[in-house]
Amino acid sequence: MAKAPEDEHPQKTFGWAARDSSGNLSPFHFSRRENGDDDVAIKILYCGVCHTDLHAVKNEWGVTRYPVVPGHEIVGIVTKLGNNVKKFNVGDRVGVGVMVGSCRSCEYCNQDMENYCPKLIFTYDSIYHDGTKNYGGYSDMIVVDQFFVVRFPDSLPSDAGAPLLCAGITVYSPMKYYGMTEPGKHLGVVGLGGVGHVAVKIGKAFGLKITVISTSPSKEAEAIGKLGADSFLVSTDPAKMKASFGTMDYIIDTVSAFHAIAPLLTLLKPNGKLVTLGLPAKPLELHSHLLVLGRKLVGGSDIGGMKETQEMLDFCAKHNITADVEVIKMDEINTAMDRLAKSDVRYRFVIDVANSLSK
Amino acid sequence: MSKSPEEQHPVKAFGWAARDQSGHLSPFNFSRRTTGEEDVRFKVLYCGICHSDLHSVKNEWSISTYPLVPGHEIVGEVTEIGEKVKKVKVGDKVGVGCLVGACHSCESCENDLENYCPKLILTYNSIYPDGTPTYGGYSDHMVANEHYIIRFPDNMPLDAGAPLLCAGITVYSPLKYFGFGEPGKHVGIVGLGGLGHVGVKFAKALGARVTVISTSPAKKDEALNILGADSFLVSRDQDQMQGAIGTFDGIIDTVSAAHPIMPLLGLLKSHGKLVMVGAPEKPLELPVFSLIVGRKTIAGSGIGGLKETQEMIDFAAKHNITADVEVISMDYVNTAMERLAKADVRYRFVIDIGNTLPATKT
Repeated sequence: MAKAPEDEHPQKTFGWAARDSSGNLSPFHFSRRENGDDDVAIKILYCGVCHTDLHAVKNEWGVTRYPVVPGHEIVGIVTKLGNNVKKFNVGDRVGVGVMVGSCRSCEYCNQDMENYCPKLIFTYDSIYHDGTKNYGGYSDMIVVDQFFVVRFPDSLPSDAGAPLLCAGITVYSPMKYYGMTEPGKHLGVVGLGGVGHVAVKIGKAFGLKITVISTSPSKEAEAIGKLGADSFLVSTDPAKMKASFGTMDYIIDTVSAFHAIAPLLTLLKPNGKLVTLGLPAKPLELHSHLLVLGRKLVGGSDIGGMKETQEMLDFCAKHNITADVEVIKMDEINTAMDRLAKSDVRYRFVIDVANSLSK
Repeated sequence: MSKSPEEQHPVKAFGWAARDQSGHLSPFNFSRRTTGEEDVRFKVLYCGICHSDLHSVKNEWSISTYPLVPGHEIVGEVTEIGEKVKKVKVGDKVGVGCLVGACHSCESCENDLENYCPKLILTYNSIYPDGTPTYGGYSDHMVANEHYIIRFPDNMPLDAGAPLLCAGITVYSPLKYFGFGEPGKHVGIVGLGGLGHVGVKFAKALGARVTVISTSPAKKDEALNILGADSFLVSRDQDQMQGAIGTFDGIIDTVSAAHPIMPLLGLLKSHGKLVMVGAPEKPLELPVFSLIVGRKTIAGSGIGGLKETQEMIDFAAKHNITADVEVISMDYVNTAMERLAKADVRYRFVIDIGNTLPATKT
């Protein structure tokens, strides 16, 4: 007989979970495994609210197993170390992102690409090696294999740094892989939300010229004045779009709603690259002649490996890159989710777990 | 007042043109420029029929200007060269592919990628800097700037080599550029027509393992025994497709009809690449999830630059790669077009211009 979440494991844990596809989150008692030899126990300080959390609590992809405790942008303090753990000390500030396990022996794991491992285990709503379902960072503590824990650089604040653990690596990884880091080149960023605003900042740090491409003219002042973009292109203005034909080396598309990519492909120079990071529910329309005429490509990308995640955090620390966040209390999460659904946030909610999660 | 095609240029020319979207071709008198100091003039011996010729004569891409003389797989013998021409001499066998001009000053041109120049001039249905239309290889002779002339190797048969000037470069370029035309890689070729059959030959010669992916089980025998593919996958067979999931490094999709690409993306290994070289009219459905999970790529590729086209021809000559052709007479061209529309050809028609065009002149 399946055990109740509270009884599955020895360490009592408290968090907030969604129990059905209404997505409404509420207090939830569960438990975490005992620290194994390779494990790190972490008291959670902050957890970012990723759009994926919203998709998950509402079961928008049809794969959610309730109750679900979301949260994969976790920053906290090490409280306990397994016997084999040498790289951390109790009291260290650490981060946990989107993954907590992989097979560690396939060709992808062997090349620091755990995120492409066919047996990847996500931080929440995945089945762990011991057969139990795991729970994410909207909770007081978490136990994670040391391999999947990153050092949080001293200069990065916990609250504004937390979203880098998903949004940051989601942008950094494809920029490296697709060669979108040559200084002086021109990057278009489509969509100015959690991922988009971080793309602008990381792109600037690589020395790129950045144009934000958006349907909302109202975002221009912030894009240029606050985030440091070089220019702003309203994608619903045909004359402005035409003037920008063939001017961009790369485009990062963060938009999850269904949208047309044909106009984006025309913005690319020959051999230009469009990376899609958003996850629209419906397929997009691809006019293949727009790829053929100009040898352009559309590529996907899915977070990044652990080595790369650490590299990204260190890069962000060096360049003073953090997310623009609105810190909320745990009991404000449902309102935050409603606002996130309407893109009403500049640009990431972060839950102050340690100070507001009370039983 | 614009001049008639016969009067536009000093040298009389004769060929076959389509005059409207019926696509029906018939004899056509026109003219070509005199041989400039950088030009090469040649008598056309053979011209391949590319599927683009069919799209163009029927105005399927809505960009055709009539009268339209198609043909961009042109092979012939040099009859006259301009003073500054060094590349070839009178009597040499040469070819011209899809391009006859570009700007020569943009980033693409400077990287030997004239095919991506925004001001490229196509061999037919384009406009020259002097404002006159370009006419293609279904004609008695051609004149082109030396830069756009391909030297035809001695051991390359002219009829079976002509299609390489478009079909060959169209598959060779992405096999090299996207890095899966090499030993140890598994390449899929979707569609077994003019492009596909040449794709199999080049991919094999480059050392890759090749699987033909087709809707027609009937093509299996030829794919394996005549073209040398290593295996054959029927895309309508769910079990076969399931068994092949995640096994391809790269897939070249030559199909010009609309078709689902999600199953093709599923066949790719992580980090695999799907390259479109066909150009379906209608948009395809792109399931973004299929790209994100596994960091896969979908790209396009269109012919290749001139330097690469010469490299491709020389490679083909070295490896005895030619197209499988059905040589036809000029006056068969309309029937050939109808058969091509039904994919009824193994695998390229080539018009014997040298021997059969003159007789059609009235």
